[in-house]
Amino acid sequence: MATIAQGTTRTKPDHVRKTERGEAVTFLEAISEGLFEEMERDPRVFILGEDVGVYGGAFKLTRGFSDYFGRERVIDTPISEAGFTGAAAGAAHMGMRPVVEMQFMDFIAPAYDVITNYIATSLWRDAGPMPLVIRGPVGGGSRSGAFHAQNVEMAFFHTPGLKIVYPSNPYDAKGLIKAAIRDDNPVIFEEHKGLYRAPHLRQVLPHEDYIVPLGQARTAREGKDLTIVTYGMMVHKSLEAAATLEKEDGLAVEILDLRSLLPLDEDAIVASVQKTSRVLIVHEDTRTGGIAGEIALRINEKAFAWLDAPILRVTAIDSPIPYAPTLEDYVLPQTADILTAARYLARY
Amino acid sequence: MAKRTVAPDSELVAGLTRRQLQEIYYYLALARAAEERLEILFRQGHVHGGLYRSLGQEGESVACAYALRPRTDGTGDLIAPLIRNTGAIFVMGGTPLEYFRQYLARGAGPSRGRETNIHFTDFARGIIGPVSPLGTMMEVLAGAMLACRMRGEDRVGMIWCGDGQTSTGAWHEGINFAAVQRCPVVVVIEANRWAFSTPTALQTRAKQFVDKAVGYGIAGERVDGNDVIATYEAARRAVDRARAGEGPTLLEAETYRLRGHAQHDAQDYVPADELEQAQARDPVELFRKRLLAAAWATSAELAAVHGRVAREVEQAAQQAVADPYPEAEEACAGIYTDVEIRPPWTRLEAPDPARA
Repeated sequence: MATIAQGTTRTKPDHVRKTERGEAVTFLEAISEGLFEEMERDPRVFILGEDVGVYGGAFKLTRGFSDYFGRERVIDTPISEAGFTGAAAGAAHMGMRPVVEMQFMDFIAPAYDVITNYIATSLWRDAGPMPLVIRGPVGGGSRSGAFHAQNVEMAFFHTPGLKIVYPSNPYDAKGLIKAAIRDDNPVIFEEHKGLYRAPHLRQVLPHEDYIVPLGQARTAREGKDLTIVTYGMMVHKSLEAAATLEKEDGLAVEILDLRSLLPLDEDAIVASVQKTSRVLIVHEDTRTGGIAGEIALRINEKAFAWLDAPILRVTAIDSPIPYAPTLEDYVLPQTADILTAARYLARY
Repeated sequence: MAKRTVAPDSELVAGLTRRQLQEIYYYLALARAAEERLEILFRQGHVHGGLYRSLGQEGESVACAYALRPRTDGTGDLIAPLIRNTGAIFVMGGTPLEYFRQYLARGAGPSRGRETNIHFTDFARGIIGPVSPLGTMMEVLAGAMLACRMRGEDRVGMIWCGDGQTSTGAWHEGINFAAVQRCPVVVVIEANRWAFSTPTALQTRAKQFVDKAVGYGIAGERVDGNDVIATYEAARRAVDRARAGEGPTLLEAETYRLRGHAQHDAQDYVPADELEQAQARDPVELFRKRLLAAAWATSAELAAVHGRVAREVEQAAQQAVADPYPEAEEACAGIYTDVEIRPPWTRLEAPDPARA
């Protein structure tokens, strides 16, 4: 391992030194820090993706990494999502721990074959573990059209062998990316681009090394009247709705931030349902075949008798994500939709 | 009987000694005998999935693999074989017992009964088993060799691709990645004229597969895959280039698939005269004649090889047939390293409505 090449500078990029200096970091900087720390910690970790090296990635998340770690560990690939994801699988076979960047997660589609048929089955086929992470920006609201705005979790959710992570804040994002890199299973890591640089989400993170374990939900807000099960950007829309519901309706809404979608923290969901007996599931992804269907059925299996109302969901409309602000806002779930559904449930 | 005029360890042809030439013949005979024995097991109902013969292609498979450096401790060269690379698997150290157990879905088989035919992996001996969307294997081998190159290991990876595989997008992305990153890879195109029932002319407009090397900016070579010595020499050159850091080679090995795609395929789409001509160029038979003609082996030596092969194959076949299937509950073990997948509770106990 000692033979792995180093970069041309030993100066860490500025945007991964904020926690060191005690400054608050954005969601994007938190992921950069996590990635950078894991690369320093473990020479087996390396990055592959389009424009990740010299340019530093479309969102500049890996800016300065190639100068520090060298071109060998931050590899600018040909435009070939299947090719470099497959190559990551081969490297994982040889004991490396690759982190694949999809420039936009929409572009993961060409790699669907290798991810589901090869990577997800490797351990089960007795071909060894696949310690790799496939990460990248997802989500709408940034007026980028149908091919730079999708959520991809449900394309992979039903594939045994994969893990799926979808953080909502800097602390979790850093802890989860580090846990994902250390995980011996393949992890799909979704980063909502609307969270990347949101100034109000900045957090001061712990100086010491920490991880957030995969597969564990987090209670983002305590409440007794109603549970909202959600993740990613929708955690923030749900928090906004919960504040209104408290002020205007006197409702104490509990918000469960799933953080990991696969494995799903069924125990946390059931515990919250048993506490509030009313459930709203909110996701930005489209409706049909969305994760709300699976969550609702799990509640049905495990906590049916605790329910005082039907399970509802707020989701995107079953439509590609449009470009025009009027159209996109119409298709994506909004805080107002959450308010309407929550009020219906509370009255039921 | 030919007189021995040289010491047994002198190089006779292509840098190969008498012992090595006879060892190549052993692997050819072993591959053929194992597959013939498997055909009997298939007819007896012991094989549950398809059976894929490499009849007619054993020459290029064994000769190419023989140019590699096999090890048993995970430090040697790597291969990504196809269904018609029984011979290459044996060269790397795979055994007829593993081969039979895998095909017979036995619990002690290399994939513990989970996967079909030669879909098994053994990193100790450098075997990366395929998945059925074969183009993927080009990407995976490129990445495995990228990792070796990053760590300064002088290992080489060899992949076999059918002519059909070269049409996939995955294959293109994989070989292009290997080319750009100068991965130490040898890409053997088994040009056997058929992809299931589709002839080469419906697969590509390229006059020959080796022309594709130009497009990727890598070395290319074309060889008569049924000529064991010529194929070995070409593979050796490709392996040496890869080990010297000169990147991938596309090696087209012209051969012919003498059977249908699988046992269920009567190959009635194959012109009879074409098949007849190809049968006359059986690589094992050509090599046997050459060994004898050049006095690289005696008839007695080759008879001894066949005796050894027959014993090994029969013993392995009997052992595999006697082995048990895996326990049903084993099916979902090892989907994750750390998450247990359990059957639904309705499988374990009668649902109790009072519990809900």
